[in-house]
Amino acid sequence: MSTEDLDKDHDSVYDGLLDADHAGDDSQWAFGTDFEDPLAGVDTTLPDGADAGALAAYCLMLGDDALIGSHRLSQWSSRAHDLEDDIALSNIALDLLGQARLLLARAAAADPGVVPELPEGSPVPPEDALAFFRDEGGFRNVRLVEQPNGDFAETVARLLVTSVWRLALLERLAGSRDTVLAAIAEKGVKEVTYHRDYAARWVLTLAHGTEESRARLVAGLDVVWPLHDELFRTTDVERTVAEQQVGVDPASVADEVGVLIDHVLSVAGLERPTRAAAGPVAGGTGRDGRHTEAMGPLLAKMQVVARAHPTGLW
Amino acid sequence: MTATYEPDETQAAFDRIIERHDRIEPRDAMPEKYRATLVRQIAQHAHSEIIGMQPEGNWLTRAPSLRRKAILLAKVQDEAGHGLYLYSAAETLGVSRQELTEKLIAGTQKYSSIFNYPTLSYADVGTIGWLVDGAAICNQVPLCRTSYGPYGRSMIRICKEESFHQRQGYELLATMMRGTPAQQEMVQESVDRFWWPALMMFGPPDADSPNTEQSMAWGIKRDTNDELRQKFVDMSVPQAERLGVTLPDPDLRWNAERGHHDFGQPDWDEFMAVVKGGGPCSAQRIAHRRKAHEDGAWVREAASAYAAKERQP
Repeated sequence: MSTEDLDKDHDSVYDGLLDADHAGDDSQWAFGTDFEDPLAGVDTTLPDGADAGALAAYCLMLGDDALIGSHRLSQWSSRAHDLEDDIALSNIALDLLGQARLLLARAAAADPGVVPELPEGSPVPPEDALAFFRDEGGFRNVRLVEQPNGDFAETVARLLVTSVWRLALLERLAGSRDTVLAAIAEKGVKEVTYHRDYAARWVLTLAHGTEESRARLVAGLDVVWPLHDELFRTTDVERTVAEQQVGVDPASVADEVGVLIDHVLSVAGLERPTRAAAGPVAGGTGRDGRHTEAMGPLLAKMQVVARAHPTGLW
Repeated sequence: MTATYEPDETQAAFDRIIERHDRIEPRDAMPEKYRATLVRQIAQHAHSEIIGMQPEGNWLTRAPSLRRKAILLAKVQDEAGHGLYLYSAAETLGVSRQELTEKLIAGTQKYSSIFNYPTLSYADVGTIGWLVDGAAICNQVPLCRTSYGPYGRSMIRICKEESFHQRQGYELLATMMRGTPAQQEMVQESVDRFWWPALMMFGPPDADSPNTEQSMAWGIKRDTNDELRQKFVDMSVPQAERLGVTLPDPDLRWNAERGHHDFGQPDWDEFMAVVKGGGPCSAQRIAHRRKAHEDGAWVREAASAYAAKERQP
């Protein structure tokens, strides 16, 4: 192609702009030209005998883990040690955000009663009503994902634990009797496999890198560890969805997750931290809507614009 | 290789390539000043992409819908990608990314002055897409046929992604304009703040642009600042009308005789002050970049140390 042809080709990028809101060609838009229900066209009928309330609550748990984890990882943007890892961390945040959207939409479709009420005529879709208009006590994520990032070693330590755990859950969830959840899980497995491999590779790099990186990694694992046990604590909701074969009891993945994490740590030449587990608050943890002090400021920031415009169209 | 040519032959070969509008490639001989000009321009462009992550990144954690959050995160990530291609293009001229980053945080290399303005509302994410990326495209499309091959080829890919960002920004504003009165006001207020800085993105008027003539002779630059600025104004006026916003220039009107819009001049004193580091966010942007670079030093050292150990038998 001559340079003149190129020029002609590229001048044309201006031409379509005016018709952007009318153009029929959505294919070049990564996220479409308008809001679309992420589950549009999907049969969201509940499987026989599945409890709608429990299924919705369960989707919120996995959806909130992804949403809040994504929020934290997105805070690395423009702050990572090099461009390649800046891009990688954003990729992981984007994957989790995509999973969150599907899971929140599934929760709303299973039980519309979980979606906060907005003023009459508000165009805010259910996934956004759930993300931006629930109060802290309504969020069901585990407390580990809401913690501030710390340094890169702490982020890597947290990502190792959360991604090994989430991958184990999603692999089982791919066999859910709820075909929607099964499909979401199947897509997620591919993504979270990459997240786990990324984290494991960096654990090895930092462990065998310099004295400083090793010390920081050990410190990061120590920070992460007290909230590790909570990942395997079964709530009534999880017990119900597991019995109904639509969800996974997190206690059932504890052994597998433990073996995998121990394997990575042993290749890294590290010991499993011995920090005491952080206890529940009045008998509850993240899954019960009882969070750490980090959660309030996170939500205040995340929700501020949406809440200022409850009838806003974005 | 360059060493095999006599100086005169070198110059003649270079001139012939430029004359034919062909590409200069990394192994071709080139005058030192041509190389230095390119390094300066490509580095400035790469730095702009990386610094440009900050003003929009400011809204990542506050995006008001999950779809908008995904769009914004992907966009900011694309900017990091553009920075990568451009630093790679600069590396073909014998300068490393590390070296260039250090010059950026030392303040000896510049980036686009537009990023020294703050983002104060979510509408700014849309306005940056529409006006700032729009102006960037006007500047960059001609660079797809710039004389230096690796730069031109990076620009082709970058322009495609930038035009995508511009449409996404315009689509955000168009959506907000169909929303509440408060959202419509937010859009207008944002356009009011960004219009003049966007016009400044084309650089000073031709009469005051010392490097333009040589850059055009070398085929690095293809259009003058004023030509590109005019093109941008002509392009933006109908878009603003369709959007339903007013561009904040009382002198803006169609001139049938010229076949172009007449328009007012930005405050060039403000521009010069911003270029010299006196923008509202100049110190903040560099401090942010410096902190990321310095805080990450131990990670880069660890990665190098690990790679060295892996290479040992």
